[in-house]
This record gives sequence, structure tokens and C-alpha cells, in this order.
Amino acid sequence: MSMPELESAGISETLIEESGEAPASTKIEGRSPWRLAYERLRRDRAAKISFGVIILIVVLAIAAPLFAHITGHGPNQQFINIGENANGGPVAPSGIFWLGTDNNGRDLFIRILYGARISLVVGVLATSISVGLGVLFGLTAGFIGGFVDTVIARLIDVMLSIPFLILAVSIAYISGPSLWLVIAIIGVLSFTYPARIVRGQVISIKGREFVEAARALGAGPWRIMFVDILPNVMAQVIVYATLLIPLAIVAEASLAYLGVGVPPPTADWGSMISDASGYYQYGYWWFLLFPCMALLITTLSFNIFGDSVRDALDPRGAGIYV
Amino acid sequence: MTWFLVRRIGQSILVLLITSIVVFLLFFVGPGPGQVARTFAGRLGTAARIAQIKRELHLDQPLYLQYSHWVWNLMQGNFGYDFYKGEPVSTAIASAAPATISLVIGAAIIWISYGVFTGVISAVRSRSLMDRSFTASALFFYSMPTFVLGLSLIWIFAYKLSPVTTFFPFHGYVSFTTNPGQWFEYLILPWLTLALVTAATYTRLTRTSMLEVLGEDYIRTARSKGMKENRVITRHALRAALTPVVTLAGLDIGTALGGVIIVETLFGIPGLGWTVIQAIDTQDLPIILGITILAATFVVVANLIVDILYAVLDPRVRLY
Repeated sequence: MSMPELESAGISETLIEESGEAPASTKIEGRSPWRLAYERLRRDRAAKISFGVIILIVVLAIAAPLFAHITGHGPNQQFINIGENANGGPVAPSGIFWLGTDNNGRDLFIRILYGARISLVVGVLATSISVGLGVLFGLTAGFIGGFVDTVIARLIDVMLSIPFLILAVSIAYISGPSLWLVIAIIGVLSFTYPARIVRGQVISIKGREFVEAARALGAGPWRIMFVDILPNVMAQVIVYATLLIPLAIVAEASLAYLGVGVPPPTADWGSMISDASGYYQYGYWWFLLFPCMALLITTLSFNIFGDSVRDALDPRGAGIYV
Repeated sequence: MTWFLVRRIGQSILVLLITSIVVFLLFFVGPGPGQVARTFAGRLGTAARIAQIKRELHLDQPLYLQYSHWVWNLMQGNFGYDFYKGEPVSTAIASAAPATISLVIGAAIIWISYGVFTGVISAVRSRSLMDRSFTASALFFYSMPTFVLGLSLIWIFAYKLSPVTTFFPFHGYVSFTTNPGQWFEYLILPWLTLALVTAATYTRLTRTSMLEVLGEDYIRTARSKGMKENRVITRHALRAALTPVVTLAGLDIGTALGGVIIVETLFGIPGLGWTVIQAIDTQDLPIILGITILAATFVVVANLIVDILYAVLDPRVRLY
């Protein structure tokens, strides 16, 4: 309500006098919770820095072919003569190879940039699958309740009881590893976390007055589920999605480290670290250090940003990293 | 209480049954008809051997019969035989288990004590420099993939500092009964790796839970009685704040006992996780199945124990 309306209602004088603030010239602006959250996020320094780093990583990943063009080194191109030392080992960072080369004489910098593509694609797509499935199952279980809820809850228990890595490694091994399989495995196996969160939220929301009001107005179950309840759990879903991305990236790197990730010669941080683990002891520190740094910086910035998003969307919450 | 126990145990058995069906479908039905017997026969299996295996595993019978034979054997402790050495899977599991148990229990002691200690300090000195550094380092280690941390520790302690410290072996395992001193030396780095990665969650959880409890009325009452602050924190606040930590610890330990794949692979510890990775590499199906089912059992049992403990410790939990 703006000031003139308040005045015409004849209550503005008393209101302003009592509160002792809000001079008559200020307009009261209606701001949605999303807008408030966005403004909290904009004031958060950690959020700004981590978001900047994420954008930088995305830009570098997109621009990978550009750098390949500038340096003249393809991601899978082997430089037998200049990319390997006399013993066939990696060569140190220099003007030609900015971050050195790997054990096959390939440009480490270019491979790290191309590896970022895999990490980001897996992180985002696997998270989309798990959040999509999680919302679907959580919403259904929480809203319908009863038998359906029991079945879905037991299904989640089963998924949680089978160790993720054993299952993922055996499936990947049996069906032959590929990028899409890795995305599907991580996405499907991690839907349990968002599903549990959404289910709990839906159960607490579905008894509220506005849902009763919608029902009294004649809204069907689909409408109530997707129009009335879903928007109210979206905040939690977004928080979970941002925090699931780094987990998916680590899961992908772990599978690659164990040798069942995206098949070679595709550049991938996990398999690069795995390759480097047989070389770094002999003085080839850059081979291990740079892929590790790339992976750590990526997961760290997603985690910091995810924490800030949570603080912004739920200011009453734990708010750990103030 | 009895009814609660019966119900809860029944639930766990149901979950285990469904898990076994899922695992059965994945490994027996997933690869397609005929494939399983061929896999079991190994790479050099003859036609006669394949036919014999089909008979032995009842693969020529309908699915529900195959499944019930398999589960019946499992329940009698017969996990099958590994097809390279031909020894029972239960023997392989029994010889791998002590390494995993040593690794997990040792690491759990470190991660719980470190996590609770830093969490309590962070909550009591909330927003101090110490709180900030503890929470920042928790976020750092939480973001760190296990193999990155493990490789960094090996690099620093086993290579970079090797002239200074010569006591950090980093590959292999010596059983406690053989040589307790070496057992300890070989496990220091694996313990640290597993503990640091896991402790982050405990720091955060303890901090949140402590902050919540410190705002309760009975803490104010305790303080206004003139009780010393140390006592208020250790006797009144910490006890209440630890409940969620105990829950998480139970679940984490249960999950880890099923095999700590990355840490065991990294440090060459012949535990359950290492064994399962070797088995996957050689397509040793009986071992993969055995360890997967065993790991699932650990998780389900840990869940059960935690729920029962919760009900016993906290009278507010409704037993239904």
C-alpha cells in the first residue's frame, strides 16, 4: 500500500507517529521473497567472489577451443619431441606449454580446460536428473501419503543402503563406461537426497491454510501439487541443487580416478589425477598439482556459493559461514 | 518398546530383502540371458563348464526360483566361490574385513573427536576468529575429493618431508596381530585422509546443534544458578547437542564399514573396498555380490542401531 492510500484510509498519521520511522516521502515497495533473497545474495562478499570464479570456469571451459587455437595444441595432440623429456616423462611449465605436459606429451593446460567441460556438464546434468527425480518422488510421496509414501520411502531406504561407489563402478564396468552413462548413474543414484527434503517439506506444507483454501475453491490434486505446493518447496530445491553440483563433480572425478569414468583419451580431471599419481613422486609436480587445483577450486566455489544461496533464501537458518 | 523393536527390525529385513532383489536383478538379469554363466565360467570357460554352472546356479529355472536359491544360500552364509582361486567368498571377506575395520574405527575416533571439539569451540566462541577459521577449514576439506587429499598427504608426508620424517609408510597394511607398531604407522595417513574429509560435516553439525541448545531456557537456568560456564557447556549443552552427531556417526561408520573404496585403493590397504575394486576389474561376480550385500547389511543395521539408541537416549522420541 502506498502512502496516499494509507492517508485516505485515515490511519497514516498514527502509524507513522507510532513507528517513529519511514518519513512521508519514502515509498513502501513490495518486494517478493525472491527479490529479498537476491538482494541478500548481492551483499554477500563470499557469494560474489565464488560466483565470479564459477563464471570464470564456465567461460574458460567454453573458450577451450580458442586457447587450443592460440597455443596451437589440441587436447589429445601428443608432442613426442617437445612435450616429453629425454626419459619420455612430462616437461615442466614453460612458454610453450603453460602448465607443462602430461605423461603422453600432451598440453596440460589445454587438457585442464577441456576437462572443465566434462566436470561442468556432468555436474549440471546429473544434478538436473537427481533434482527432477527427487522433486517427482518427494512431491508424490509427501502429497499422496499412505501406501505410495511407504513404497517410495522404502525405495529410498534401499537406494541409500547400497554403497554408491560399488554400485556405480560395477554398473559402469559391466555396461562399458561412457559420458552419458556416468551422468545417468550419478543422477539416478543421488535422487534420494532431494527426494527426502522435498517429501518432508511437502508434508509440512500440505496441511497449511492456503492449500485448504485451494481445495475449497475446487482445485484438483495436480493443480494443488504443482501450482500451490511446488513453488513453496522451490527455495529448498534450489539450495540442494547448488550443493549437489559439487558432489556430482566429485563423484564423476572419483569414477574417472577409479578408471570407469569417461573413457580416454577424453580429457578429464579425475583420470588426469589418476595418471599423475604414478609420476608426481619423480619431480613432475605440475602434472598432479594443476588438475587437483582445478578440481578443488571448482568444488570449493560451488560449495561456497551454495552456502551463500542457502543463507540468502533462509535467513533464519543455520547461516554458518557469516 | 517391544512393538517398536519388532516393527523396526521387520522394516530393516524388508529393506534388505528389496535390496537383495535389486542387486539380483542388476547383476543376474541385467547382463542378459546366458551372460551370467559365461561370466561365472571365466574367460576360458568351456561349453560344458558353462552348462554345469547354469545347473549349479539354477539359471535354467524361472527367475523367482533362481532368486530364492541365491537368497537361501546367502542366508546360510554361503556367498558362493570366487572363480579365480575357487575359495569361498566368505573367506575373502573375512580376510579383508580386519583392515577395513581398523581403518574405519581409527578414522572415526579422529573425525568424531576433532569434529565435536571444533564444533563446540565454534559455537561457544561464535563469530570469533577461531570459529571462522574452523568453519572455513571445514568447508575446504568438505570440498576436497578424497583422492586429492590423500595424494596431497602422501606427497607432503611421504616425499617432501621424507628427510625429516622417515616414519610414514604410505602403501600397504600390516595387521595388528603381526606388529602393532607397524599397523599404526601404516594407518596414520589413511586415518588422517578419511577423518579430515569426514570431520567437516561433524564440525558444522555440532556447531549448529550447540548454538541451538545454548539458546534453550534450561541453559539460562543453569547459568543463573551460578554454575561455571565450562560445566554448563560440557554437562548440559553438549549432552543434548550430541544426539544428531551420534546419529550421523552411526550411519557414517555403517556406510564406511562396507568398504572405503578410494582410501583403500589409494593406500593399498587390502580391505573390503580394495577387494571389491579388484573383483570388478577381474569380473569376479560372486565377490562383488557378496561385498555389496554385506555393505548394504552394515548400512541397514547401523540405521537400526541408531534408531533404537535414539529412542533409548531421547525420551521425547515417540515409539511407534
